[in-house]
Amino acid sequence: MSDPGALDAAAGERAAYIHIPFCHRRCPYCDFAVVDLGEQPTSFDRYITALEIEISMEPEWCPLKAVNLGGGTPSVLSPEQVGRVLRSLDDSFGLLPGAEVSIEANPEDWTEQHATELRRVGINRVSLGVQSFDPSVLASLGRVHDRATVVDAVRNAHRAGYDVVNLDLIFGTPVESMASWQDTVAAAIGLDPNHLSAYALTVELGTALSRAVRNGAPGPDEDDLADKYEHLVAAVGDRLAHYEVSNWAEPGRECRYNLTTWGQGEYLGFGLGAHGHRDGVRTRNVRRLDVYLRRIEEGVSPEAGREAMGEWERERERVYLGLRLRAGVETGEAGAALLASPAGQRLLAAGVVELHGDRLLVAQPLLTDAVAREVLALDPFD
Amino acid sequence: MTDPTRIRNFSIIAHIDHGKSTLADRLLEYTGAVAERDMREQLLDTMDIERERGITIKANAVRLEYRAANGETYTLNLIDTPGHVDFSYEVSRSLDACEGALLLVDAAQGVEAQTLANAYLAIDNGLEIIPVVNKIDLPSAEPERVSAELLGILGGDPNDVIYVSAKSGTGIEQLLEAIVDRLPPPGGVAESPLRAMVFDSYYDTYRGVVCSIRVVDGEINSGEALRFMATDLSDAADEIGVLLPGATPVTRLGRGEVGYLITGVKEIDLIRVGDTVTDAATSADAPLPGYQEPKPMVFSGLFPADGDDFERLREALDKLRLNDSSLVYQPETSRALGFGFRCGFLGLLHMEIVRERLEREYDLDLVATAPSVEYRAHLTDGSTVQVRSPQDLPDAQVLADISEPFVKVMVITPSEYVGTVMELIQQRRGEMGEMTYLTPERVELHYQVPLAEIVFDFFDQLKSRTRGYASMDYEPGDYRRSDLVRVNILLNGVPVDAFSSIVHKERAYRYGRAMVERLRRLIPRQLFDVPVQAAVGSRIIARETIKAQRKDVTAKCYGGDITRKRKLLERQKEGKRRMKMVGQVEVPQEAFISALRIDE
Repeated sequence: MSDPGALDAAAGERAAYIHIPFCHRRCPYCDFAVVDLGEQPTSFDRYITALEIEISMEPEWCPLKAVNLGGGTPSVLSPEQVGRVLRSLDDSFGLLPGAEVSIEANPEDWTEQHATELRRVGINRVSLGVQSFDPSVLASLGRVHDRATVVDAVRNAHRAGYDVVNLDLIFGTPVESMASWQDTVAAAIGLDPNHLSAYALTVELGTALSRAVRNGAPGPDEDDLADKYEHLVAAVGDRLAHYEVSNWAEPGRECRYNLTTWGQGEYLGFGLGAHGHRDGVRTRNVRRLDVYLRRIEEGVSPEAGREAMGEWERERERVYLGLRLRAGVETGEAGAALLASPAGQRLLAAGVVELHGDRLLVAQPLLTDAVAREVLALDPFD
Repeated sequence: MTDPTRIRNFSIIAHIDHGKSTLADRLLEYTGAVAERDMREQLLDTMDIERERGITIKANAVRLEYRAANGETYTLNLIDTPGHVDFSYEVSRSLDACEGALLLVDAAQGVEAQTLANAYLAIDNGLEIIPVVNKIDLPSAEPERVSAELLGILGGDPNDVIYVSAKSGTGIEQLLEAIVDRLPPPGGVAESPLRAMVFDSYYDTYRGVVCSIRVVDGEINSGEALRFMATDLSDAADEIGVLLPGATPVTRLGRGEVGYLITGVKEIDLIRVGDTVTDAATSADAPLPGYQEPKPMVFSGLFPADGDDFERLREALDKLRLNDSSLVYQPETSRALGFGFRCGFLGLLHMEIVRERLEREYDLDLVATAPSVEYRAHLTDGSTVQVRSPQDLPDAQVLADISEPFVKVMVITPSEYVGTVMELIQQRRGEMGEMTYLTPERVELHYQVPLAEIVFDFFDQLKSRTRGYASMDYEPGDYRRSDLVRVNILLNGVPVDAFSSIVHKERAYRYGRAMVERLRRLIPRQLFDVPVQAAVGSRIIARETIKAQRKDVTAKCYGGDITRKRKLLERQKEGKRRMKMVGQVEVPQEAFISALRIDE
């Protein structure tokens, strides 16, 4: 079991998110800010330089406890390019000793040499986009790796001395049978990762998947998703602590960057479409590469929008985000308002939320959004 | 004033699409009432909805001047009649203002039930009928066959039939001559107190109530003090006039003349179709015969989809009623749908028209409950209660039995479909009456059928099972005792009033089954299992379960994009806010609308 106090503490730490938008092809379900290299060949160096400029433009801040390179496919960068970004962050803000420095990687990119060189420039956590071990599922997700590649990638990470190896899974693809998912879960557990995340396939607007579903192709099925989630929870059992709706880890190996996000902590966001949260203001960058590069190169902030929240909005946000943690969130004003509302009473009666001491938690993690919606609809006490 | 011997008052009886409006346009054009360049297709139909549906709701009257072959000039008043069975009372009043009628039949389609029903009505009113076969220039025209059909119904000589093409103008002159020669001039008594019949009325924003009148006895003068005999309302004739077709004021309308009358009256309710106008000073002894109070046949609850629109719905109904005195409504409260109105309509078409006008002209989003008829509940203490809504049905303990309105249905069908039609009507609990072969190919069938069975999709079924060839009409019949029960629909144990229905005992299971299955599909999964049950009294006759929701959570907060995630959740919450709570169950508005849609 993860220690709630330790998880909450992570929210007070500073983090940075770097978005690397490049992909060799866009996956059919993905709605992130992505540059399809097949359609739009782009100079990585130009983008890295832009990142360096954006980082240098950011006003001084505290040293960082966590850095996450997400995408896109950050593993398409060379170790040298990754190193430039990390040095730039270190120069501007400083990286604390023991800081979590994480990268998302496609298994086929994760060769022994690549893993080793990235480790050398300062990456110490890798999140492998495994998704599934079933070739037909992988094909329908637009993925090109196979089981052996994943096995090699995990071995390469261990050999290179990574602190945390996370396997990222997707369940509920319409072609995925229950047996296929059981096999994927068994295979993932068999690789003995110290972190595991699993997300239900979600139909996002504007994606190829969404268009297909609208044209009559099968989409994810609620009961199938629930069955698969429940199987995963049972199969992982006590091997790893289930610390967030979709995340499992050895105690102490929880993802600090994500804990910052869910704990309403502050983080800087750099790169295309990146999001930041600083001094109580949430910001987001432009999502078009040409606009992003031009702005940076003209010395203009690539920020596309910002949102400053009032006190009550922040309180509601604290609770709805915190409820994603299995250990729940300190009840506080918004939690108390929820429990006092008719909707909160219904959720309590249905056993969806529970009160454990001063912590409010969601006992049925699959219904977390049902609770979050009610929290967001709450009005402050008079 | 016109010499009554030079007046001919007539109307055109025709089925939808058989060319009535085109013929009217042609008559106007031929007699010079309308310059060709001013011709607008289907001049007499003024409302958009009427145009779209190809029907006429409100009768109107146009005055034509025709110089006949004998050298005399005649005044022809063309009185328009509604084409639909829902408005049969209005039809009968319009016909009563005429001495003759053109029975217009499409040369390709033949006689239809509605036409025949109105033709019988005209014959019963003592009108002289001129059979007219239209669209003779169509490639599929069979004028001889249709003519034989007409003569089979009316009797008479084959030479009596006039063949026209209203579209091209062929035969129009012969028709005008026949109107002059064969239709009688108006009767009535000139030297007696005024008696004029109101055969139509409508509300005009600027002028108030405008009524169409036919002077039967005496004469009416502009400025004269008048009395409406049924409502005992007195007012002065602010303006009288004729439609040429534009409104043209006159100082006097004499015996046999047709025109319009405007008084200071602003409420349509005070001037009723069928009422008699007389002189306030020298009043007639008795009104003209035939007046009836408007009687709603079909009832439905209308609720605003957005509860905040209740007042707007009330205002819209009030305004519609200014124009349509046959619309009745009273406030109704539904646990499921909130505040709305129980409305009474002349028939299904009338109901649809009112709904469409409310939605279109008043921009309202409405939920309509399943149409119902007026049942009579006979109680154990011997008393009788009117039941216009399933909720009004008294408890089983005090209920002895229920009777329901039957209607006399007439169907005309090609003989090859007789079996199909009989089967359909038997399924609808119909009792067969007479059957007549109009020709070897066409059959006229008479039935007694519960109105409730007609109210649901009967017409559509008849059309689809006979490939559109059968036509039907009905008129009110008597009340009969039937084995009826109320099926209640329970959601998580709570009855949902909007879904209850009074149905025949043998239909209860089918209705209940269909409803619970539909609701299981339409209502989203909740936090707990929700039983959906159909019950007759305390007995559950069908059950489905909406399984508890199992997954309502999305993936990680993408790259820290908290704002977007929050907005998504807030939007979803906003959607849920529009749901109606039935007990502990959230039901989306669309579920009510879809579940109540009649598409079995």
